Amino acid sequence: MGVLETVGFILLTTLTLSSALVVVFHRSPIISALALVFNLVAIAGFYLLLNAQFLALLQVIVYAGAIMVLILFVIMLLSITNESGLHRSGRIQTVMAPLIALGCAAALAFAVFKGSAGPKYVVSSTEFGTVRSIGTDLFTTFFYAFETISLLLVVAMVGAVLLAKRRL
Amino acid sequence: MEPQWVLVLSAVLFTIGAFGVLWNRGAITILMCVEIMLNAGNLAFIAFARQFDSAEGQIYAFFVMTLAAAEAAVGLAIVIALFRLRESTDVDELNLMKW
Repeated sequence: MGVLETVGFILLTTLTLSSALVVVFHRSPIISALALVFNLVAIAGFYLLLNAQFLALLQVIVYAGAIMVLILFVIMLLSITNESGLHRSGRIQTVMAPLIALGCAAALAFAVFKGSAGPKYVVSSTEFGTVRSIGTDLFTTFFYAFETISLLLVVAMVGAVLLAKRRL
Repeated sequence: MEPQWVLVLSAVLFTIGAFGVLWNRGAITILMCVEIMLNAGNLAFIAFARQFDSAEGQIYAFFVMTLAAAEAAVGLAIVIALFRLRESTDVDELNLMKW
């Protein structure tokens, strides 16, 4: 474990958590969306630290590129400058949201800390997480899942057009 | 950096996202909080892939990413249709099917 890795971990953790809090609590959806970009890029940094180079690249291209452009486009299309007044829900949500979130945190903390430690963190080869190794697995073991997910994307595309179009 | 600390971060991130989904009323903010939750799950998948030294976790994360793209496209189309109908993105106004 290098010093550089620890420093990177602390920096990325700060960036991830603070930007996630901005996404949840900021009134303006545009600011929330821009904070979400920071969050996604910081998570791509974690992928790099965990030897998932291909996934880090995909995270930046697909999430920070495609999905965020889509979200920003919709915000600007509908010109939602302020969701204030919408921000807080009714009484039930105000009480229940922190309670449910705390319950969720407790369950996850129990799973993380009480679970068995698992094998020791090892680096077996330099091939781990490269486009080559991921692609080989994707087109052999996970071939049918890969083809099915392309079908799902077509369905989602048709559905999005159908829902958003004024009249067919 | 032990993968366990990444798992702790992933749990915290998931909790923040879940809280945001429950707390906010704007449909677009809720969709962004769902993206945060999906990313927390992905982070856990990749931490486990690293810890168990197997590429399968990374492939699951890849599929989750594809699903997130589909979800964002359909979800935003629903938001547009909703805005056209109600002139707002408040999800509390969608109570037609409430008993």
